[in-house]
Amino acid sequence: MNQPTVSPPKAPVAPIQWMRNNLFNTWYNSLLTLAVGYLLVTSAAPLLNWVFLDATFSGESPSDCVGEGACWLFINQRLNFFIYGFYPEDQQWRINLMFGLLALSFIPQFIEGFPARRWLGIFGMTGLPILGYILIPGGSFGLESVPSHRWGGLMLTLILAYVGIFAALPIGILLALGRRSHMPVIRGFCVVFIEVWRAVPLITVLFMASVMLPLFLPEGMNFEKLLRALIGITLWQSAYMAEVVRGGLQAIPRGQYEAASALGLGYWKKMGLIILPQALKLVIPGIVNTFIALFKDTTLVLIIGLFDVLGAVQSTVTDPAWQNVAIEGYVFVAFCFWVFCFGMSRYSQNLERKLDTGHRT
Amino acid sequence: MSETTSQITPARAKPWNDPRVRSLVFQLVAIAGVMWGGWTLVDNTLANMEARGISTGFGFLEQSAGFGIIMSLIPYEATDSYGRTFWVGLLNTLLVSGLGIVAATLLGFMIGVARLSSNWLIAKLSLAYIEIIRNIPLLLQIFFWYFAVLRNLPSPRQSVELGGLFFLNNRGFYLPDPIALPGFGWVELALAIAIASVIALRIWAKRRQQATGQIFPTGKVSLAILVTLPVLAFLATGAPLDWTVPELRGFNFRGGITIIPELAALWVALSLYTASFIAEIVRSGILSVSKGQTEAARALGLRQGLTLRLVVIPQAMRVIIPPLTSQYLNLVKNSSLATAIGYPDLVSVFMGTTLNQTGQAVEVVAMTMAVYLTISLLISFVMNLYNRAVALKER
Amino acid sequence: MKKIFSLAAGTATLLGVVMAGNAMANTTLENIREKGHLQCGVTSGLPGFSQPDDKGNWTGIDVDTCRAVAAAIFGDASKAQFTPLTAKERFTALQSGEIDMLSRNTTWTLTRDASLGLNFAGVNYYDGQGFLVSRELGVSDATELDGATACIQAGTTTELNMADYFRTHGMEFNALVFDTSEQTVQGFAAGRCDVLTSDRSQLAALRSKLTDPNSAVILPTIISKEPLGPVVRQGDDQWFNIVKWTLFTQVNAEELGITSANVDEMKSSDNPSIQRLLGTDGDMGEKLGLSADFGYNIIKEVGNYGEMYNRNVGPGTPLDLERGLNALWTEGGIMYAPPVR
Repeated sequence: MNQPTVSPPKAPVAPIQWMRNNLFNTWYNSLLTLAVGYLLVTSAAPLLNWVFLDATFSGESPSDCVGEGACWLFINQRLNFFIYGFYPEDQQWRINLMFGLLALSFIPQFIEGFPARRWLGIFGMTGLPILGYILIPGGSFGLESVPSHRWGGLMLTLILAYVGIFAALPIGILLALGRRSHMPVIRGFCVVFIEVWRAVPLITVLFMASVMLPLFLPEGMNFEKLLRALIGITLWQSAYMAEVVRGGLQAIPRGQYEAASALGLGYWKKMGLIILPQALKLVIPGIVNTFIALFKDTTLVLIIGLFDVLGAVQSTVTDPAWQNVAIEGYVFVAFCFWVFCFGMSRYSQNLERKLDTGHRT
Repeated sequence: MSETTSQITPARAKPWNDPRVRSLVFQLVAIAGVMWGGWTLVDNTLANMEARGISTGFGFLEQSAGFGIIMSLIPYEATDSYGRTFWVGLLNTLLVSGLGIVAATLLGFMIGVARLSSNWLIAKLSLAYIEIIRNIPLLLQIFFWYFAVLRNLPSPRQSVELGGLFFLNNRGFYLPDPIALPGFGWVELALAIAIASVIALRIWAKRRQQATGQIFPTGKVSLAILVTLPVLAFLATGAPLDWTVPELRGFNFRGGITIIPELAALWVALSLYTASFIAEIVRSGILSVSKGQTEAARALGLRQGLTLRLVVIPQAMRVIIPPLTSQYLNLVKNSSLATAIGYPDLVSVFMGTTLNQTGQAVEVVAMTMAVYLTISLLISFVMNLYNRAVALKER
Repeated sequence: MKKIFSLAAGTATLLGVVMAGNAMANTTLENIREKGHLQCGVTSGLPGFSQPDDKGNWTGIDVDTCRAVAAAIFGDASKAQFTPLTAKERFTALQSGEIDMLSRNTTWTLTRDASLGLNFAGVNYYDGQGFLVSRELGVSDATELDGATACIQAGTTTELNMADYFRTHGMEFNALVFDTSEQTVQGFAAGRCDVLTSDRSQLAALRSKLTDPNSAVILPTIISKEPLGPVVRQGDDQWFNIVKWTLFTQVNAEELGITSANVDEMKSSDNPSIQRLLGTDGDMGEKLGLSADFGYNIIKEVGNYGEMYNRNVGPGTPLDLERGLNALWTEGGIMYAPPVR
C-alpha cells in the first residue's frame, strides 16, 4: 500500500542558474536578497566571534573568563547542578540509570524497524515509571532516601514532563469519550471540566496546587510540593489531551462505530478494541505536539520555587561568584530545550506525513 | 407492546441491560458523584479555613490596599482599595494581551507569507525564525528580553535621546504625552465624521461595482478623507493640543508617557513567540487553498499580490481562523508570565500582592480564574462569529 | 431506584469515614517523633539566614534555629529537614501541616498573629527595613529619595512600609515588585531601580550577591520594626512552648556563658541556673514533653545564641552585621529570655 513516492530524477542545475531562479528572479527579489544577505553577514560575524572564536571554554574559575567572547566554562563547572539539582553525588547513578532507560525506551521509536521497539515503548510506559518510583526517591530496597526538595535541574524537568504526559493520557481519553457521549449529563460535566482547565493559565494552576490544594483536602491529608505540582500539571494537561484525542475520535468514520455495534460489542469493548486503537494512532503527532508544549511549560515551576533546569541556571546567574553570565546561561538552556523540542517536532511532522496516506477528500 | 407475545417480538430486556435505564443510572451516579465531590471540597475548605482562623468573604475588596503599583491605566494611589487593584491588574493584562495580539498577528502573517516566498533566502530565513523561536520556552525568552537586554541599556542620566522629545534608558521609553485643550472635541468630531463617511463610501463603491463593474479607487479616497478632515478641523480650531515633554528630574524622567521595560519585554517576547505559531498556521492555511484557485486568478490576469489578497487569503482564512483563535487564547494566558519579571498584570498584582496582604486565597484565586474564563469565552465567541461570517456559504 | 438509594447510603458511609478520619489527630510532637525528623520551612536562598550550598546542605541563623529544635527533640541536630518556600507560600505551607515550623525570616505582626491561625514563638533576629542604593547616585539619606524607583520583593510587609513611609514624607515612588529575592537583586543590578528596599539584614545579604558589593551603599535610615522569628500553628500549646523555649534556652545559655565548647565542663557547675538549664537538676525537660537534657543537647549540637549569630551573620562573615539590638540585654541589646525555673 505504502508505495514510496519516487520523485523524478533531478536535472543538474548550475549554481548560477539556481541563484537566478531562486534569489534574483525579479527586481524586488534581488533587492531583498541583497539587503537580507548584507544584514546576515554583518550580524553573523560578531555572533560567531562571541559564541566560538573569542569564547572561553576551559578553565577553573570565573577569573579565567577574559576577552570579549562568551564564558562557557561556567556551564562545565555547574553542569552537575544543572542536571541533578541537589541530588547527592554518590546516588546519581540512579538518575543516570533512569536517563539511560528513558532513552532506550523512546529513542528507538524514532527509528524505523528497530528490533522490539513496540516492547521497548510499552516498557517505557509501564515498567519505567514503576522503576522510577522506586529508584528516584529511594527509601526502599536499601536505597538511601532522597527527599524531593533535593531534586532539580534537567532531571526534574524530565520527571515533570514525563508524568504530566503519561498521567494525563488516560484521564484525557476518558474525558474525550465523555465529551462525545450520548448522555447529556456526562457530556456536560466533561465539557465544563475541559473548558475551564483550558481557559486558565498554567501558572495559576500551579499556584493553586502549591498554595491552595492543602485547603481543599481533609485535615491531616497532605502531599508534598512536587506531588502537588504534578497533580496540577496532570489535570491541566488532561484537558488538552482530551481535545487531541477527541480530534482522533472524530476522524474515525461512522462505519467503524456501526460495524462494531453490529458485531454486538458493548460500549467499552467497542471503544477499547475498535475505535481507540485507530484513533490513538491518528493522534500520535498531536500528542507529541502537546508534549512539546508541556515540556516547554514545565519551566513555569520555577515561579513556585522548584528548581527545574531554568531555575538552576537562573540561580547560578545570580550567584556573585559568576559575574555577567546571564546571556550565556539563557543561551545554554535555550539550546537544551531547542534540541529536544526540535527533534520531537520533526518526528511528529514525519509521522504526520506517514499517517497522511489514507482517504483524503 | 403486549406481554402476550408472538414469537417475533424480542424478549423484554432486563432493566440492567436496557440502554436507557443504564444511561439514566450512569448519569444519576455522575451527578451524585460530582455533587459529593463538590460538597466535600467546599466542606473541607470551609472547615480548614475556620480551623486555621482565615477570614472569608469579599469584604476585603473595600479595604485600603496600601501598596504601590508601578503602572496603571486608571488613576491609582496606595490608599485606594483592594478592589481597585483588581481593575488595575485586569486592565494591564488586557493591555499587554491586546498589543500582543495585534503585533503577533501582523508579524505572523508576514512571516507565514514570507515562508512561501519564491526568494530562497527569505523563505529559509522565515523557516529558521519559526523553528528557533517556537522551540524555546516562552519564560526563557521573557527573561532574555528583560534581563539580558535591560542590562545593556543606559541609566536615566545617560539616556539615548531623540530630538529632546523621546528618551530611552533602563527605566523605559519616554515619549511626549498629548493633552487636549478645549476645542479638541471638534477634531474628534471631525474624525468620527470622516470614519462614518469612509464606511458609507465603501458600501456605495461595492454596490456600484456589483451593479456596473466599475471600480472606484476606495483606498486612496478613504485615506484622503481620513487625513484631511481632522487636519482641517485641527487647524481651524487653532491647534488645540499641548504636549508634556518628559524631563529628567531627580532620579527619573517625569511627565510624558512611559513604556516601562517590563511591558516592552513581555510584549516583544509574547509577540515573537506567538507569531512563530501564527506563521505556521498561515502557511498551512495558504497551502490548503488549491492550486487551481491561484492558477485561475492568474489566468484572469490578476497580479501576484492581488491574487494573494483577493483570492488566496480570503479562502485560507477559513482554515486559519480556528487555530488562530486558540493562539490568541494562549497569548492571553501566557501574559500571566508577567509575574516573573514584575509587570503588574492581574496575576502579579491581584493574585500576588493582594492575595498576600489579605491572605484570602480562595476568593482572590476564584476571581482571577473567573476573569480568564470570561476572556477566553469572549474571544471564542467573537472568533466564532467571524468564522461564521467567512465560512464557506454553499448556495 | 434501589441502586440509587444504596449509592446514597454508600456515599454517606464514605463521608462518615472521611469525617471520622479528621478527628484522630496526634500532637505535633508525637507526629515528629513518629516520622523521625523535623520538617522546617526556610527561604529558598538568603545568605546568613538560610542558604543551600551546591550539595544541598543548609546553613544560616534560621536554619540553626530549626536545628536547635531538632536537637531538643531528638538530641541530634541533623534530624532537621528543610523545605524551601517562597514568601507567598510560607503561611499556607505551615497551616496545611506540610512543615512543622516556619523559620523563614518572617516578621511578627498583629495581622499574622491574629488572623492567619499562627503563633510567633519569639524573635531570633531584630531587624528593620532599610534602603540599598547605588553609590554613584550620591544619596545619603532616605528623605532624598523622592521620585525614585524601588525594587521590592512580593509578599512581604516591605511593600506596605514603603508606601506608608513615602506617603507620610510627601514623596513619590514607583514600586517594582519581583517574585523572588534573586530577581529583585537582578533587577537592581541591571539598573532597573534606584533603590532596593528590604530588611537591613537582607540588604547586607543581597549586597553580597552583587558583582561589585562596594558599588552600593546601605542608607542609615530605618523605617520600620521587623522582629523576625520562628512560627508555629495555633492549637498545639506544647509544640509552641518547645519552639519558644528552645530559643530562650539559647539566649539564656549565652547569658550564663555556656558555649558548645564548654558545655561538658559546665555540666558539673554548681550554679543552680546552669544545672536547671542543662538538665542536671530538676525536670524542666519533662514539663515540655522532652528529655531532661534537652538544653544540653541544644547547646552541644548548635551552640548558644551568640555562637549562632556570629557563625552566620556576625562580624567576619560575608554579611558582617554588628550585634546591635541583637546583643544581650546585659550588653546594650534587647535579647532577653525569661528564666528557666
